[in-house]
Amino acid sequence: MEIFSNILIYFVIVPLLTLLGLALCSNRGIAAVRAVAVTGATALVGLAGWLVYMFLQARGAGDTSEMILRTDVTWYAPLNIKLALGVDGVSVVMIVLSAFIVFAGVFASWKMNPLPKQFFLWFYLLSTGVFGFFISIDLFTMFMFYEVALIPMYLLIGVWGSGNKNYSAMKLTLMLMGGSAFLMLGIIGIYFHSSANGQLTMNILEIARNNAIPHDWQLWLFPLTFIGFGVLGAMFPFHTWSPDGHASAPTAVSMLHAGVLMKLGGYGCFRIAIYLMPFAANELGWIFLTLTGISIVYGAFSACVQTDLKYINAYSSVSHCGMVLFAILMFNTTAMTGAVLQMLSHGLMTALFFALIGMIYGRTHTRDIRDMGGMMQIMPYLGVGYVLAGLASLGLPGLSGFVAEMTIFVGAFEHADTFRRVLTIAATCSIVITAVYILRVVGKLLFGAVQNERHRELTDATWEERLSTATLIICVAIIGCFPNFFVNIISDSFLPIVKALTQAV
Amino acid sequence: MPLSYTIAVIAIPLLMFLFLGLVGVKMEKKLTGILGCIGMLVTTVLAYGVALTYFFGADQGQMTDGVRQAVTVFNPDWLSFSKTLVVRMGIMLDPIAAMMLIVITTVSMMVHLYSLGYMCDHHGHAEKGFQRYYAFLALFTFSMLGLVVATNLFQIFIFFEMVGVSSYLLIGFYYESPAAIHASKKAFIVTRLADLFFLVGILILSFYTNTFDFFGSEVNGIAGMLDNPQASLAQAGTASFMGCSAMAWALTFIFIGGAGKSAMYPLHIWLPDAMEGPTPVSALIHAATMVVAGVYLVARLFPLYVIEQGAMDIICVVGAFTAFYAAAIACVQSDIKRALAFSTISQIAFMMTSLAVSSAGGELIQIHGGYGLGYMASMFHLFTHAMFKALLFLCAGAIIHAVHSNENDQMHGLHKYMPITSFAFLIGCLAIAGIPPFAGFWSKDEILVAAYQKGIGWGIWMSMVAGMTAFYMFRIYFLIFHWKEHKVHTEHAPADQPWTMTLPLIILAAISVVAGFVPAAKLVTWDGAPLHTQLNWTVACTSVLIACVGIGLAYKMYYKENPLPQRLADRYRGLWTAAYKRFYMDELYQFITHKVIFQGICKPIAKFDRAIIDGFFNMLAEVTNTVSFGIRKLQSGSIQAYVYVYFFGALLIAAVTALFVIF
Amino acid sequence: MNGGLTMNLTLLLYLIPSLIMFGCGVYGFMTRKNMIAIMISLELMLNSIDINFVLFNRYLFPDQMEGMFFTLFAIAIAAAETALALAIIINVFRIAKDVDINKINKLKF
Repeated sequence: MEIFSNILIYFVIVPLLTLLGLALCSNRGIAAVRAVAVTGATALVGLAGWLVYMFLQARGAGDTSEMILRTDVTWYAPLNIKLALGVDGVSVVMIVLSAFIVFAGVFASWKMNPLPKQFFLWFYLLSTGVFGFFISIDLFTMFMFYEVALIPMYLLIGVWGSGNKNYSAMKLTLMLMGGSAFLMLGIIGIYFHSSANGQLTMNILEIARNNAIPHDWQLWLFPLTFIGFGVLGAMFPFHTWSPDGHASAPTAVSMLHAGVLMKLGGYGCFRIAIYLMPFAANELGWIFLTLTGISIVYGAFSACVQTDLKYINAYSSVSHCGMVLFAILMFNTTAMTGAVLQMLSHGLMTALFFALIGMIYGRTHTRDIRDMGGMMQIMPYLGVGYVLAGLASLGLPGLSGFVAEMTIFVGAFEHADTFRRVLTIAATCSIVITAVYILRVVGKLLFGAVQNERHRELTDATWEERLSTATLIICVAIIGCFPNFFVNIISDSFLPIVKALTQAV
Repeated sequence: MPLSYTIAVIAIPLLMFLFLGLVGVKMEKKLTGILGCIGMLVTTVLAYGVALTYFFGADQGQMTDGVRQAVTVFNPDWLSFSKTLVVRMGIMLDPIAAMMLIVITTVSMMVHLYSLGYMCDHHGHAEKGFQRYYAFLALFTFSMLGLVVATNLFQIFIFFEMVGVSSYLLIGFYYESPAAIHASKKAFIVTRLADLFFLVGILILSFYTNTFDFFGSEVNGIAGMLDNPQASLAQAGTASFMGCSAMAWALTFIFIGGAGKSAMYPLHIWLPDAMEGPTPVSALIHAATMVVAGVYLVARLFPLYVIEQGAMDIICVVGAFTAFYAAAIACVQSDIKRALAFSTISQIAFMMTSLAVSSAGGELIQIHGGYGLGYMASMFHLFTHAMFKALLFLCAGAIIHAVHSNENDQMHGLHKYMPITSFAFLIGCLAIAGIPPFAGFWSKDEILVAAYQKGIGWGIWMSMVAGMTAFYMFRIYFLIFHWKEHKVHTEHAPADQPWTMTLPLIILAAISVVAGFVPAAKLVTWDGAPLHTQLNWTVACTSVLIACVGIGLAYKMYYKENPLPQRLADRYRGLWTAAYKRFYMDELYQFITHKVIFQGICKPIAKFDRAIIDGFFNMLAEVTNTVSFGIRKLQSGSIQAYVYVYFFGALLIAAVTALFVIF
Repeated sequence: MNGGLTMNLTLLLYLIPSLIMFGCGVYGFMTRKNMIAIMISLELMLNSIDINFVLFNRYLFPDQMEGMFFTLFAIAIAAAETALALAIIINVFRIAKDVDINKINKLKF
């Protein structure tokens, strides 16, 4: 089969094989489950590294086509649905991000209890969806993998969550399903206008090339698609699943969700909504720009008064993911590159945050910062990790957040009109507010006197927790120190999109 | 490439930080300190080598027609925003950068050495977190060095953030003390707020000039923003906002960024609180190096500011006001570190003002046939001030280490117990007061000359502040070392500290004596060309006279215990309290942050989120639920109910059919 | 035609008890709470239908046998169904100690 010579398909096959392996494990005894899960995750990281190498090779060899590693397999001929694989720079970095987060997530849920086997089963099903989404360029398969990634969330939160988990799981799933309902309408609409007078197609590249969606239809389909993905990207006012969902989700799920799943939103927004409907994007962009601008500031302000660690990070995610969509809507290469950097950076540091919070929660059994204090004395490793995550979040140079935010701001400032200028300056204010809430948490949680004497007996991180957090910290630092490596991979991917946008004006 | 070993000056502290941060924790505490010192010593030697080569060495491209040029040692791309807008991480040497290398490494070296003693208790045991302390010191030194050799504005911004974080970490070094946490948080957030303006300024400036680089290079073939300041500013064209040109806004915002770091009014509030950190840190970061980053920034962009007179005027007014304001507060503080902190604010304001008085109407003012005296004086003062203020802080540290208190009423009469410290402190005071031949006199005199040249009003104002400086410094000196007999509180009588702490005092005192004779006018000028200066006898005599009056007044009030200070304080109770409370600026900030922002914005937003947004989606779910429950009754599951419906339904249908059939 | 009418009158005569039986069955099915009673009502209805099959076959299409067969078929199925239903009811009674149809609603929610 021709398709098996394409490396991309293995990003779906490996998680599926892991699933199979897990299913064969016995229900008792966690060792085998761990072994299979770690093998799967390591294989994914290895594959991701190999993919980067192949990508750089191909680009280095002068392959300037929009998507490389293309393979099409017809799946259902009457509707012209294909399993179309292909990646550009953005997909590559998103795949790498996902692989690392899955890797860290496996170690973060090392002591998962109860039902470790079933947990990892759903966990890997979710990853299958995520990878499948990033490798496909066919609307149908994208949507299918998108749903595959969403549904396991319900069980993962409902069964293994904490706190008000039934409510949160239900809310999260329903809101995201609501989003995908919009999305499906949008996709069907796009499909029926995908070609002016020929074979209808689901392939993104062909749809973009045909550029046949009538303008009045675009004005309807663009909001549907953008909101559909925007819900997952935690765009104001569709963000409220995020705080409750994250608060109840188990550690690894929060990591994967904030780290990767929310990126599906941003990725879909430019890959489908903007790329395929550039006219409507130009026309209606300002509405969503305003909403995302609100997200940025609103999320940051809300985070300032929360007392639950996970709520703080969930609102912070609203702010940071708002930044992603905000940058995407700036319609220039610099800002969009910044958006992808921000996705990477936010993915890694939020995963780090949630991993650390999970580890702290596992020890103290509380997430309320008012009940904790002086953790730095008790668990220095986790404390230092938390400070680093915080510094990455508030944009310390040398860590990833800074690079991403600055690229976004510089890109956003390339527009000279007052509307975008004002929004950009409002968005920059978030860097101060971010500092406020991060330092507030760090001050209360880590520094100061020990609040609860019983906490003195707690232990510092175990080896698997150290491995999990260290992986993420190193990734964050690498992006922060050598950003140009990533920028070079990413930025060319936006040329077709920006071109489509400028031609559609 | 010439001077390429400059990279080592930057790299060694960074490696030291990584090494101490990652491995140091496992190591013997003292060993990490000694390693830190050795690393710093190497850095210092190299930095001196670089600076001396740059100033005096054989021509390696830095001299053209007797004018010192900026030398870009190397400048690789770090982050490309677009084809033209690229952030580079490089090393550039020019007079002020070379001078700053000396300042930073000297003070840092002294502080490294001094901390070996200071960060130990009386039995010589190193404190908890000793390794961390040295790691952070190395991080700070790295960041500060990176800042001064920056080749572009964005690199400065990056290292602005880095020094901010190092400062945050070091102020909060005693992380178990609530005051330290609060102070570190405050310092970080206030400077972050200023950095926000800096960032916006950079965005505006780079948008129009289309570069971040100060100087272009043949390699890249693009012009830097300082290559031709007139042209750079002209690129903005007629773009204006609220009546001011875009460039005026940009430069003002950048100044605000600098003002945050340099603690200019009204962004000064973090600096006094920052004294919660260990004293050597205060000496290094909050007296000698980081706080002058703002001055350095303005000096860096000096050619642009000169043309944009509006921004320059703002700097001038802010600087002059801050100098006076901080001096007034310093006169009444009882915590010696706080008093020194306000003195620092006042002196930095001197430097700012000095930069700003060098131009009028968009042109540099000519003095003695040369231009930019204020610029030279400012940088010279930065240099001398770093030395004697570090000296004063380190003395204060020695005293605090001996008596375990920051309050001067716990001190008094220490002269007898700590003669070396007392002597060193006296030299520091004489230097800052501007008594010849100590360092401060020479630099301050040039500042005053420049100020008088700008306008007689500026000159008088600055002279008055100089007099206040002499007064409050000697007030502190007398209150610590004289006033009355010392009461021994602790089990040990206070005494001069071990050699690790005393040696830096002696070295810095020696530098404070001779630093004034450094030919700064020949070396550190805005355009690199040597500046001809001569002593202006009128100004010099007046300033010495005023300083003597200040010292005399302090001597009368504070040398021997007497009721005069108390009487004066009672007489002007309101004024005294206001000054003691720092004119209620902290309370104002407290009000704005807590009452307005926290209670007035954050809380309502969080409530809005829970009640309205979340409420809306919950309502959707609620409505769906209610409707479902309503129609659920139809599906009762009771077979008999279904039969009823079925039976009568069937009858009904039969009847209707029958009716249709019949009619 | 006349004979047909006579036959139909006789048929009608036979149909009336069947109808009454069916009515009783419907009434019982709708009103009884006891599941056994409901089963009995169901049997009544089935039997009345069986009678109808036989009657229509006998009087309207005497030369065919489908009605007879159908009745036999229905009786057999009814027996099986009653056996099954009784088995369920007995098991339900063992678990719930009740055969009231309104109280056996554990599976509903």
